[in-house]
Amino acid sequence: MKVATRACRVVEHQWVNARYKYLRLSSPGHLARHTAAGQFFQLACPVSAAEAPFLRRPMSVYGIGPEGDRIEFLYHVKGVGTRALERLRPGETLNITGPLGRAFHFSPRWKRVLLVARGVGLATMAPLVPLAAHAGVSITAVLSARSPADLMREEFLRGAAANVHAVFDSDGSSDLAKVEPLISRLLAGERPDMVYTCGSNRLLALLQKLNAEGEVALEQQMACAMGVCLSCVRLFNEGGGKVFRRVCCEGPVFPLGAVAGEVQFG
Amino acid sequence: MPASGCFAHEYAQAMDLGRLGALVTKSVTPKRRIGNPVPRVAETDAGMLNSIGIPSNGLLYYIDKLLPHYAGVPAPLVASVSADTAEEFAAACEALSVPGVSAIEANISCPNIEADGRAFAMSPKDTYRAVAEIKRFARVPIWAKLTPNVADIAEIARAAEEAGADALVVANTLLGMAIDTETRKPKLGNVMGGLSGPAIRPVIVRMVFQCARAVRIPIIGCGGIMTPEHAVEHLLAGATAVQVGTASFLDPAAMIGIIDGLTAYCERHGVARIADLTGGVRIDPGLTDRWLRLAQQSG
Repeated sequence: MKVATRACRVVEHQWVNARYKYLRLSSPGHLARHTAAGQFFQLACPVSAAEAPFLRRPMSVYGIGPEGDRIEFLYHVKGVGTRALERLRPGETLNITGPLGRAFHFSPRWKRVLLVARGVGLATMAPLVPLAAHAGVSITAVLSARSPADLMREEFLRGAAANVHAVFDSDGSSDLAKVEPLISRLLAGERPDMVYTCGSNRLLALLQKLNAEGEVALEQQMACAMGVCLSCVRLFNEGGGKVFRRVCCEGPVFPLGAVAGEVQFG
Repeated sequence: MPASGCFAHEYAQAMDLGRLGALVTKSVTPKRRIGNPVPRVAETDAGMLNSIGIPSNGLLYYIDKLLPHYAGVPAPLVASVSADTAEEFAAACEALSVPGVSAIEANISCPNIEADGRAFAMSPKDTYRAVAEIKRFARVPIWAKLTPNVADIAEIARAAEEAGADALVVANTLLGMAIDTETRKPKLGNVMGGLSGPAIRPVIVRMVFQCARAVRIPIIGCGGIMTPEHAVEHLLAGATAVQVGTASFLDPAAMIGIIDGLTAYCERHGVARIADLTGGVRIDPGLTDRWLRLAQQSG
């Protein structure tokens, strides 16, 4: 079956900074060979006396391979699910369902790609880095974070060469007023074949304003993650009108221009 | 079989749909509906709340575009339908009486549709009227899906049977609400929603038991089934078949695990046919009398 629940072994699980944790799994069935950049899994975060998450947690893959059984995640420990996940120790088992969702488009014939990431969006786009590096496609990255301690530049590049522009909330360099001329300059000067973004609605809106051609990976609360329950819908521009699309199976990767805006009220 | 709203052809990616007892599709409404604001689901203790709002592309889309997805699947298809009035229900069921639809599940219970969660199946009179009207026009068997948000479900079950329902689905989600104490906002965009999952199973098993004593038509148990043993519990309470909903959200192949587990249970207990489990709960009718006699002796 294309989608299945598999019991994976926790091989490595450690903090990369004060808020983010790295998880490496060994999967049966060489999952890495069937998983592409931008796809995600549903994680069965373990129930304990301290935390009892009921629903699965959708999480995009941070690393795929090179070994056929290697699947990696990089996540922000934030709520009930990730606090439960955080307690897993090497040697223990984690059930994951997937791979799910549509992947980023990529062509080895391209010359340059621009990656615009913020926060945990960096983990979602990280599998694009080795893909581009291996194909000889140049990488430019705009990485936005709260502070230099949160940046995770090395975790993102993992040794690949890239032209990196880091911007921070702590020194005001991540203000849209400053990021807009930076990205304008990159789009005009480098003429990337593809722009990818994830992790910030503000950066998405900025890229739309600048008419960037590319793709965004969206985050949304989900239940089934397979297009059945219809809980993860967002609004999209399509054929001159507005339509609801399911982030889980019609995404999570969508064309930049199609996203109509936040459907989160209040 | 799947519970309505918890199944779609996308699950063919995770299981062989032909192994299911039936395919129950998400409620279709006569006209197009966009559904409720997000967030549409919220996690709760041992369950979840949902208020999806039955987004639907309408009957014509359902018949032209959705039904063909299931054409090659050997399991019978049950079309779930929702409507605002008894007349609209009847017209929709007539339109859905087409080849490829083996039965219709009339969702006279979804708590999200009407103001304050009221629905047909909250009153015996409205239940009778809706089911009777549907039966006048439908040309396939009609299952009435009851709501658990009532004081006396047996009374509703009898009204549906008298109106001609061919089977009852017991039941639907329990109306609930959850509030984020940090933001003081409701956890659902629609404020209230339906509670499902293992949290509601004891309530629904009790209702299956009560309905089974009240009517002669088959009962399909639906509420909180996560494991093969949970399905057996519904059957023992009086169900002829069961539906699985929320469990599929945790594992898309959950129903296959339950089907395999039922086979294993029957082998372990020497049960020849699933039908032999229906209503098989062993209740000792003399227990209370013996207990009272014992109490008298104790002085």
